Amino acid sequence: MGEILIENETSCSLEVRLRSQRAKGRKILVPYVTGGYDDSWLETIQAIAEAGADAIEIGIPFSDPIMDGPIIQAASQQALDRGVTPASIFAQLEKLDIDVPLIAMTYCNLVFHSGFERFGGWLSMGGVTGTIFPDLPLEESHKWSDYAESIGIANILLVAPTSSISRSQEIASASRGFVYGVGLMGVTGIRASLAESASKVASSLKAITDRVVLVGIGISTPQQAKEVAQVSDGVIVGSALVKRLLDGEGPNGAYAFISSLRSGLDDL
Amino acid sequence: MTNLSQDPKAISGDFDGRFGDFGGRYIPESLNHAVVELERTFNEAWADPEFMATYLSILNSYGGRPSPVTKCNNLSRSLGIELYLKREDLNHTGSHKINNVIGQALLTKRMGKTRIIAETGAGQHGVATATAAALLGLKCTVYMGELDTERQALNVFRMKLLGSEVVAVTSGSRTLKDAINEAMREWVACVEDTHYCIGSVMGPHPYPYMVRQFQKIIGEEARPQINALIGNDPDFVIACVGGGSNAAGTFHAFVESRSALIGVEPAGGAAVGRGVPGVIHGMRSQFLQDEFGQLQEAHSVSAGLDYPGVGPEHSYLSAIGRAQYESVNDEEVLSAFQLLARSEGIIPALEPAHGLAYIVREAGKAIPFGSSVLLTMSGRGDKDAETVAHMLGYFQ
Repeated sequence: MGEILIENETSCSLEVRLRSQRAKGRKILVPYVTGGYDDSWLETIQAIAEAGADAIEIGIPFSDPIMDGPIIQAASQQALDRGVTPASIFAQLEKLDIDVPLIAMTYCNLVFHSGFERFGGWLSMGGVTGTIFPDLPLEESHKWSDYAESIGIANILLVAPTSSISRSQEIASASRGFVYGVGLMGVTGIRASLAESASKVASSLKAITDRVVLVGIGISTPQQAKEVAQVSDGVIVGSALVKRLLDGEGPNGAYAFISSLRSGLDDL
Repeated sequence: MTNLSQDPKAISGDFDGRFGDFGGRYIPESLNHAVVELERTFNEAWADPEFMATYLSILNSYGGRPSPVTKCNNLSRSLGIELYLKREDLNHTGSHKINNVIGQALLTKRMGKTRIIAETGAGQHGVATATAAALLGLKCTVYMGELDTERQALNVFRMKLLGSEVVAVTSGSRTLKDAINEAMREWVACVEDTHYCIGSVMGPHPYPYMVRQFQKIIGEEARPQINALIGNDPDFVIACVGGGSNAAGTFHAFVESRSALIGVEPAGGAAVGRGVPGVIHGMRSQFLQDEFGQLQEAHSVSAGLDYPGVGPEHSYLSAIGRAQYESVNDEEVLSAFQLLARSEGIIPALEPAHGLAYIVREAGKAIPFGSSVLLTMSGRGDKDAETVAHMLGYFQ
């Protein structure tokens, strides 16, 4: 196995922020919320920021979300049925006043369809400093990554359990903000137990890059988050939170759940 | 026995998965390994005489190839043109889909995988995949939009009879595009032992190229067949286009000929005609989208053409002006469906009835009197008889 690649410091604010959190010995927690799933979604974001999120992924609903399981599909559909559009999400985010970085998670057709400048303009308007497109792999990502970096936005790439070491290195090197380790072979969703692959992908990434390594997909409980974060720099939690929101737990339920994840991670 | 040409190139030159600005490989990282393995396996197999001999021998002795070219004497007379049909409707399972699934099922075994999954709209590709799985001893699951399982209930039964599991997809518009989404999601979770058998010239590279290679037998048979009949290439080569596999397979042999190439789309799903470039289902191509890039639903009398996108090769052929794409409405299709049955004794599938509808409408106009026309009859109409009977009020 090769040495750990020390990546050049980047000017992007998301990466600077996450690296500094890590330097303080804090495990990083990134919850995911589907934008516009109901009227209280901005309050929910406020609540999870207060509960100790280090960054927040905002899902921009897309008609054909191939990396999402039933929970996030349902939330996306609910948002689309309410007439939510990318433009309306970013316009609402502009009203938000929190000191936690925002990351847009969606599918690449939305950025290609709108064009880089228009989409980039929306991101900047909404105060978003990172993007994740699960259907935009390394080979197809360069143009957007370069453009995004030029306007201070980090394009985050994913590494899968099936990615080879050399490919993982290339991805980690091209990724900005952090590297997203995919915790299991499957789409987003709640899993009863943690997949073995979650810690494996974390340790193989930690061995090859000094970028912040976060693991997501299939991490549903404080116990599972804690287990992965023993190896990774932190976790991303989506479906387990969105399920609570779809069940009507609202900002208070979100606050309680994110607090429980936070205190689990702080025990480490 | 037909021998397929070995040419590994697409018309755009050395093939890297791009048809001009279209194609590519836009997939979750989790699938990258499998898709790269598939590309390598396909390229090796395509150059392996033993693989090709097995593939062609199954298509011939089991699939019923070569399929004939039939002259439509009665319709030719009434339309004032010379109309020929490439008879893919005579293949085992009733359509051109068998050409592709036999190839992909053999690749599945070559990769050491034991299970195959597929999406289906009308059920033709699902039935073909279930058939190939039964023949070659593979487990098979077919994803079908819930709406389509209702429209094509008999095909659901056929797939089950062939030993396959059928999953009714309840998300989104509950049609073909959602079946593709669900098959892709499932594939991400089971990619280690499962091959995703995409039914058309779409998806991430190598699918659009690979499926075209498996389907080009249509045109490679048809060109010498029609030349033997009329002593020349036809003035027009016409095929219906949903994802576009029978059209791609037909056009390929004629791309460098003098023949005009025309793809016919349903008016409610004209991705080449009315779509704009986008990146969905693993490829950059033309799609029907709203102003923000959300994929829109297609609407057509034919479930097999109910797809709001199209294979990247067609976007490319259209962009460079080598093929032209026209559309017909459901009413024109229904009348062409009946016309072919009455005048030639051939009940077409609703999909190729689109091609015929265009010919009927344009004979003496865009298709001058006296022109020679080759239409790919991509499937037979048994599966559609009940739908059409309802539409014509026969069951009231």
